[in-house]
Amino acid sequence: MSREKQVPMRQQDSDIRIHNFDEVPLGYTEEEAILEAERCLQCPNAPCGEGCPVQIDIPRFIDHIKNRRFAEAIATIKEENTLPAVCGRVCPQENQCQVVCTLGKRLEPVAIGKLERFCADWEAEHERYCPEVGKETGYRVAVIGAGPAGLTAAGDLRKLGHEVTIFELLHVAGGVLMYGIPEFRLPKEVVKREISALEEMGVKIEVNKVIGQIYTVDELLENGYNAVFIGTGAGLPRFLGVPGENLNGVYSANEFLTRTNLMRAFRFPEYDTPIKVGKCVITVGGGNVAMDSARTALRLGAKESIIVYRRSEQELPARREEVEHAKEEGIKFQLLTNPIRFIGKDGAVAGAECIRMELGEPDESGRRRPVPISGSEFTIKADTVVVAIGNGPHPLVPRTTKGLKLSQHGNIVADPKTGQTSKEGIFAGGDIVTGAATVIEAMGAGKRAAAAIDRYLKEKK
Amino acid sequence: MYTILSKMTLSSQIREYVIEAPEVARAAKPGQFIVLRLHERGERIPLTIVDADPQAGGVTIVVQEVGKSTREMGDHFHAGGSVLDFAGPLGVPSEIENYGTVICVGGGLGIAPLYPIARGLKKAGNTVIGIIGARSKDLLFYIDRMDAICDELHVMTDDGSTGRKGFTVDPLREILSSRRKIDRVWAIGPAIMMKVCAEVTREFDVPTVVSLNSIMIDGTGMCGGCRVEVGGEAKFACVDGPEFDAHKVNFDLLMSRQSFYHEEERCALDRYLAAEKEKEQREDR
Ligand SMILES: Cc1cc2nc3c(=O)[nH]c(=O)nc-3n(C[C@H](O)[C@H](O)[C@H](O)COP(=O)(O)OP(=O)(O)OC[C@H]3O[C@@H](n4cnc5c(N)ncnc54)[C@H](O)[C@@H]3O)c2cc1C
Ligand SMILES: Cc1cc2nc3c(=O)[nH]c(=O)nc-3n(C[C@H](O)[C@H](O)[C@H](O)COP(=O)(O)OP(=O)(O)OC[C@H]3O[C@@H](n4cnc5c(N)ncnc54)[C@H](O)[C@@H]3O)c2cc1C
Ligand code: SF4
Ligand code: SF4
Ligand code: FES
Repeated sequence: MSREKQVPMRQQDSDIRIHNFDEVPLGYTEEEAILEAERCLQCPNAPCGEGCPVQIDIPRFIDHIKNRRFAEAIATIKEENTLPAVCGRVCPQENQCQVVCTLGKRLEPVAIGKLERFCADWEAEHERYCPEVGKETGYRVAVIGAGPAGLTAAGDLRKLGHEVTIFELLHVAGGVLMYGIPEFRLPKEVVKREISALEEMGVKIEVNKVIGQIYTVDELLENGYNAVFIGTGAGLPRFLGVPGENLNGVYSANEFLTRTNLMRAFRFPEYDTPIKVGKCVITVGGGNVAMDSARTALRLGAKESIIVYRRSEQELPARREEVEHAKEEGIKFQLLTNPIRFIGKDGAVAGAECIRMELGEPDESGRRRPVPISGSEFTIKADTVVVAIGNGPHPLVPRTTKGLKLSQHGNIVADPKTGQTSKEGIFAGGDIVTGAATVIEAMGAGKRAAAAIDRYLKEKK
Repeated sequence: MYTILSKMTLSSQIREYVIEAPEVARAAKPGQFIVLRLHERGERIPLTIVDADPQAGGVTIVVQEVGKSTREMGDHFHAGGSVLDFAGPLGVPSEIENYGTVICVGGGLGIAPLYPIARGLKKAGNTVIGIIGARSKDLLFYIDRMDAICDELHVMTDDGSTGRKGFTVDPLREILSSRRKIDRVWAIGPAIMMKVCAEVTREFDVPTVVSLNSIMIDGTGMCGGCRVEVGGEAKFACVDGPEFDAHKVNFDLLMSRQSFYHEEERCALDRYLAAEKEKEQREDR
């Protein structure tokens, strides 16, 4: 058996998958998982665990797989991670646990994420592992936002015996996992399954509750909650600010993906929410969100789906795997290019005037700054445009919570180790604090805040 | 699930519902709205809060049946039943103060959102002049309620079937031309009505507020689909509004964006009506 390479995961062929919303990678069989688990060296110092923001005991769960103890494997993961089926699919493993894997120094690292996904999927088909809930403490904690940060904080607080209620403004829990990341990368059934496991532990989830409007955070504290965790995410779409951006057919990625994933517009008119996708779709941006939008456009019937990104391929912030998937599916990349104006016809977008860019000196992020090349303007025809250039902090809670310290960009200022904000009893974590980041970092923040909230409640006694 | 406490027909296409949502009723203020979803496959529909009763826990909404979802609500959602989702209050409340003398203009369905604002303005001590209008008599409603709170009420129909024949902008222009001191105007109705009202009040330099009903999804600032142009800047109607300074709004853009899904709306409605007809025939048999 070759130990050099990871056991590959089967996936849907690209010419088939561009016509459906089913998941692309198909998962490991038990035998494949065991083969991959056998590659692990069981390093005594387990550097991989340090690379995981929620510190899963990675060698231990892999050892269980190797010995066919799948129930024990998932129990080990769930000690630290309440959303393994999600993380196994969307974690940027290559920059987290896998980047520090000892095996990876010379060969391909162990496919930790794929093994994690295997365990979670195995659990779904077999018995469910329900973490133990501690003795009831009588303390009540309100969690605002049911994204990865809020869900993780809620799960951990519940394990410690606190009474937890999550308030979510949308009609379903999950945050970006439900409205942003597409079905073909993260099936919504998988997210729902993980959330129902939390509910089984006794976490209460109240949807349709818009905090800041229905209650302020201070009112929650006055109404009998002993502490509050804010995990409201980076939900405010940014636009380019160029002429023509309000034309019909110019979507923010959030709108484009929300219509498709949350409202299921890909099944219009069976579902009531429509979406309009033309023959040629331009997506502006180079992150995961842009890849997701461009690939969604293909599945919604676009003949041509083009990514327009102002830097070069090397700087694309999206996960490598997602870029590869996008290329396999025939997404075109128009790199070192930036739109300067959208051209309209009868109120709807008909194209984008773009300018070519070159890379100059590095900017504060360390990446080389793109500079426009004057006189290089050209036009791309398009009947749909998706703007995927990032999201700012969701404004409702910051706007309505008096005295909460905010950063210059409107993010909530919180201690990275504890999530403590400038106000007593109020903690925060995830994208609302850091700006748009990753699922696992949001979960790590939720976890650290849960531990800090537990200490706070006990000290207050 | 949110129980429908009562349902009342106001006119051939307009119905009033009271929905049980005590927390929303407690927090609601004039000018705000809710988003509701009828069922699992439903879209998120923004509707203005017309009234809220914190004691009984009811929130009153008025729905005009213009397309698939609102038709379906009228046809199949009755008192005693329920709607799946009901979230709010959303948006920034109206700035209710004692301005002096104000004119409240409501066109068609716009009378529903206008009513709580006019009532709030009256309570705050203003002299309130009401102007309400619709295409014809059977699209007009709340005449009595508006009459009860307004110091002066003008009723208009396009066809003269009730009140005076003409548009709501006609009495607005007359009052402003009469040199009476008007301190502020609210105009809520179809985009085109708001646009012409804004043009008239601009001539007389009277501060004017309009409520913009752009197409929304979440209603909480997350999608940007509701964006409108105010003073040359993009604003999100759901969290920055829905009320804006009428003299700064780009109404043409609003109208253009409102019409983007006409084809799909048509298709959804036709499909729904065909299914209803089939159901009816099956029941007849
Ligand atoms: C399209 C897309 C693709 C992505 N792909 C990846 C990926 O492959 N891998 C990865 O690791 N990361 C990915 N990310 C990033 C990742 O999803 C986020 O970093 C993560 O979801 C942040 O979690 P969170 O809990 O902080 O916030 P969110 O997931 O944004 O959740 C916040 C929740 O709070 C709710 N909320 C907001 N305000 C209020 C309020 N006032 N009252 C009540 N509820 C409120 C929101 O509705 C939402 O449900 C992607 C993001 C997007 C948009
Ligand atoms: C802040 C706000 C407050 C509103 N208040 C009320 C109210 O109190 N009573 C009422 O009857 N209607 C109100 N509306 C409009 C109402 O939301 C739409 O009429 C409804 O969504 C139409 O759904 P439909 O499927 O029946 O019709 P569709 O077939 O979807 O559309 C029919 C017509 O309604 C418009 N429309 C469609 N979707 C929306 C949407 N999401 N937002 C706005 N307009 C839309 C379309 O431009 C079209 O002209 C309000 C809209 C907003 C944004
Ligand atoms: S949660 Fe993410 S970082 Fe942690 S082990 Fe799993 S894939 Fe790696
Ligand atoms: S570092 Fe790699 S090889 Fe070592 S224990 Fe972790 S996963 Fe196994
Ligand atoms: S409706 Fe989505 S931002 Fe306003």
